[in-house]
Amino acid sequence: MRIPSGCAISAIMNVKGVRFNGEAIIKSIACMHERSNGLGGGFAAYGIYPRFRDLYALHLLYESDRGRIDTESYIREHFVVEHSESIPTRPMIAITDPPKFFRYFVSVKPEALDPLRGEDEAELLVRATLTINNYIKDAFMVSSGKNMGVFKGVGFPEDIGRYFRLEEYEGYLWTAHGRFPTNTPGWWGGAHPFGILDWTVVHNGEVSSYGINKRYLEMFGYHLTLQTDTEVVAYLFDLLHRRQKVPLELVARVLAAPFWKDIDRMPEEQRAMYKAIRMVYGPAMLNGPFSIIVAFSGGMLGLNDRIKLRPLTCGKKGDFVLMGSEESAIRGIVGADLDEVWDVRAGEMSLVRLEEGGVTVGQELPAPGVCS
Amino acid sequence: MLRINADGIHYRELNRTIKAAVRDGETEIVLDNVNGQRYIGTGMEEDVLIRVNGVPGNDMASFMSGPTIHVYGNAQDGVANTMNAGTVVIGGNAGDVLGYGMRGGKVFVCGNVGYRVGIHMKQYQNIVPLLVVGGTAGNFFGEYMAGGVLVVMGMNRKSNQPVTGDYLATGMHGGVIYVRGGVDEHRLGAEPRIFDLDAADHELLEPIIAEFCQHFGHSPERVKDRPFVKLLPYSHRPYGRLYAF
Amino acid sequence: MAKSYLPPEYVVSIDREKCRRCGLCVKGCGFGTLKWGHDDWQEKMGVFKDGQDDLAVAFQRMQSASPDYVVADSSRCRQCHYCVTHCPEGAINVIKNPVAYKANEHWAAHHMRNIWLQAETGGVLLTGAGNDKAYFSYFDHMVLDACQVTNPSIDPLREPMELRTFLGERPNGLEFERTDDGQVRLKTELPPHVQIETPILFPAMSYGAVSLNVQKALAIAAKASGTLMNTGEGGMHRDLYLYADHMIVQVASGRFGVNPDYLRRGRCVEIKIGQGAKPGIGGHLPGEKVDAGVSQTRMIPIGSDAISPAPHHDIYSIEDLSQLIFALKEATEYTKPVSVKISAVHNVAAIASGIARAGADIITIDGFRGGTGAAPLIIRDHVGIPIEVALATVDERLRREGIRNRVSIVASGGIRHSGDVAKAIALGADAVSIGTAALIALGCHVCQSCFTGNCSWGIATQRPELTARLDPERGAELLTNLLRGWSRELKEILGALGLNSIESLRGSRLRLRGIGLSQQELDLLGIKPVGEGA
Repeated sequence: MRIPSGCAISAIMNVKGVRFNGEAIIKSIACMHERSNGLGGGFAAYGIYPRFRDLYALHLLYESDRGRIDTESYIREHFVVEHSESIPTRPMIAITDPPKFFRYFVSVKPEALDPLRGEDEAELLVRATLTINNYIKDAFMVSSGKNMGVFKGVGFPEDIGRYFRLEEYEGYLWTAHGRFPTNTPGWWGGAHPFGILDWTVVHNGEVSSYGINKRYLEMFGYHLTLQTDTEVVAYLFDLLHRRQKVPLELVARVLAAPFWKDIDRMPEEQRAMYKAIRMVYGPAMLNGPFSIIVAFSGGMLGLNDRIKLRPLTCGKKGDFVLMGSEESAIRGIVGADLDEVWDVRAGEMSLVRLEEGGVTVGQELPAPGVCS
Repeated sequence: MLRINADGIHYRELNRTIKAAVRDGETEIVLDNVNGQRYIGTGMEEDVLIRVNGVPGNDMASFMSGPTIHVYGNAQDGVANTMNAGTVVIGGNAGDVLGYGMRGGKVFVCGNVGYRVGIHMKQYQNIVPLLVVGGTAGNFFGEYMAGGVLVVMGMNRKSNQPVTGDYLATGMHGGVIYVRGGVDEHRLGAEPRIFDLDAADHELLEPIIAEFCQHFGHSPERVKDRPFVKLLPYSHRPYGRLYAF
Repeated sequence: MAKSYLPPEYVVSIDREKCRRCGLCVKGCGFGTLKWGHDDWQEKMGVFKDGQDDLAVAFQRMQSASPDYVVADSSRCRQCHYCVTHCPEGAINVIKNPVAYKANEHWAAHHMRNIWLQAETGGVLLTGAGNDKAYFSYFDHMVLDACQVTNPSIDPLREPMELRTFLGERPNGLEFERTDDGQVRLKTELPPHVQIETPILFPAMSYGAVSLNVQKALAIAAKASGTLMNTGEGGMHRDLYLYADHMIVQVASGRFGVNPDYLRRGRCVEIKIGQGAKPGIGGHLPGEKVDAGVSQTRMIPIGSDAISPAPHHDIYSIEDLSQLIFALKEATEYTKPVSVKISAVHNVAAIASGIARAGADIITIDGFRGGTGAAPLIIRDHVGIPIEVALATVDERLRREGIRNRVSIVASGGIRHSGDVAKAIALGADAVSIGTAALIALGCHVCQSCFTGNCSWGIATQRPELTARLDPERGAELLTNLLRGWSRELKEILGALGLNSIESLRGSRLRLRGIGLSQQELDLLGIKPVGEGA
């Protein structure tokens, strides 16, 4: 069953890597309360586990003890567990019937890597995620990157944030998602963000090309279990960027491909490149309305569909870069004074990286700022 | 004058307060610390001035038929949706789908506007909607335009930034669009044609420019330092030959 | 000679009140159905010999007594409607012979007719065009999706809508490199491919089977519409060189007109293994159709039969196909995609997999509704499978084997309208080919008599007085209009689906639903039944 949903998304990042607690992101997503309907909310946080920064932080959701026991034996088979604990929560009236959450800080057992496939650590993590999510009953890998984690569930996002006590964590990058699904999945694993390794995706809109995107990914060995666009986006980033090494700015061009009329006007070499991208990656193009924020260790990017059917606004204040479905989500955190605010344009990507501390936007930078 | 601090107030409560005050005869309302509250002025028909400090939420002035709203900041998406009469003045930028299906009244934006602005504006008899953009516009500006007047000026833009996006006036079959500084043919939709202004156009534009300048403190000379061109549809029935029957 | 048991299939009637005796129909009928009454009288009476003055006198008397009039020999009528269409007075009508046969669900009239015909001749029943039997149509049991609320439909008239399509091998991924100035550049060199502006091609219809004017019309239209036509197996006439960049050159078992120049001229080379109308069957162009033009183009003597063997005698197995594919690639220096055309048969998925692995860049699959200039009726009507199922199983098989990118799939065989095109693309086709539909646009009424060489419409004939009827420019206009109409309709469909580019529909079976299909058929097509949500 595929679940269409409308949504709110937002993100906040300190480009100098200074860590701050989850209060701001909860406030930001709460500004867009109207865009969610209480059937799902979630957060991704980066830089929150400095003590275990070199270990994979596995966030697991269990709906039964059996699920936990089976998963833990699988984890121990493939990983060395340095530390494990249940994820602290706060009892709340608004949150009903939650599953149990655990986290494991692990390193990979070298012997667990499949030599026949030339498997590296990342491949193993992907394999473990797919195995647990597909084959172990009552268990779901929520996130599996280093020094990051995903917190999500059924409820309004601000309630989910409080439930997971996010104000007690400090990270340099936070993203959030408020969900407006058109039916009731009632399942915590189905909330967003969706992540694989340290990639997390929050997404607004419904991709009309889901059918072929899914079949395309399946050809490369991905098994899609959640039936959501967010999962497709995460796997497409995984396939294109991690496995095929397509540069991030071009991954954006695969997902929101330029129109032929624009490609036809490009200089020869560029034209050939974009023609090849559309020819080869046509089935990976996301067609239909979307705005997405993809976060990863060290940065984030915002992207709109090719004819901008969904909103996404960016803002900058000091060392902070913010993104949100509405400008109010940004102003809700930093107040009235923003250094810059601009809307992400159709098919253009706003990429923010930690090291450079700068913001690079697609080719044509829109004029930022308020009219004088 | 009534002053309301909108900080943290849900839009339903905020709008209820505004409407109650107007019914009690209030003619000027100032809203402070607005951030994302939706539907301000929506459906209102009274003669009232609403001043908005902050960023009003989506669908401001939808179906509005009378009030004047001044926004001292940016506006979000869907402003003046199916607006009937009245005036909206936005001191900053406005988002996507501004003035969708607008059938009367005036909208002035000082800064830039997003995608699909002024789409399917229409006019009837002497009711002619007007939407003026001081900055630049995104793609699909004036799509399906059936009537009314759109003006886009491209002021304060960077040299590499076009005044409008692509698919300009695609599907236009009525009304007129004035573009300051000219239009690249490749950005134009299939239906409109570019013309130079005639005396009647200047007569029409003069008071529009004057009002724009009055709102935002520009000088008319500055606005007129680049010539305008106008876009008109070449046919009122652009798809007459599309179908077989 | 004994009296034939075969009653005429159709009855041609002429309204003598309306008829003004202009004779257009007499000249028009390629099958000799319509004649002048005086000529007919004389024919029936035989040649007047010396001493038969009474006959001559009688004839003269008849001539002077009544003005000439038109009569019809209904037994010759093929129901092509050329006369009906062209009679300025609307005086001609053709109806099915109403003579009643004893009702019988098993022994239908056409079975009896065929038996009588074979009893009288001892021949193999010959026919033209595509399978006309009442087999189940999968196209007619699939419906498309549309957007409502959760994602928006797109307005195809105002907003961009892209049909551009590529045929040829695609790598599984691209490699990029960064230049010193930080720019990203494409490193991968792409295999040869063809770009078409609408996912609709014209399939192989050879010069010989159809007239040169038909090929000219197809070529002009293909060029104007940014797509391709296909020479068929009869070579490329020099009048078409101008359009060679929009032509697929075919290499069939007869190898007619095939030389290095021919191969190099085409945009694409196609090896014809089979054809949906006659899987496993060769071809035979009778010597009567081999006039000077055909002779020159096919590079065979005037009047000689042009025989295409059933198999390619250099392909008895899959590795031999690979050998021929690479021979053609060598000959064209790896600049053109090579297509392999097969008919849809039971094991088509495995065969297609083999073809993909053998190095083909395009696989053209022709379903059992596909047309032909001439085929044994028994083969046409009883061999092969529908294109919908063949296409679905091939696409799925290639995906499961991870080799879908190695080939493009072109589907053909009974595509009747843009709805069929959209459904075929959603099932996984990169493009479709339309042969019968293209000929219908040119006037063909699917009378299934192509093999007679008497086509009144000037399509499937080489008789100069008939071929002259088809003006290539006008024909091209008709074909271009057809492609434009279908392309616009495809855009309407895409818009309703909330897509603005054809590649987002391609293989997206989630946008199809089956209606009235068994679970097994749904599974084979890879679609859900109507009523089941996403």
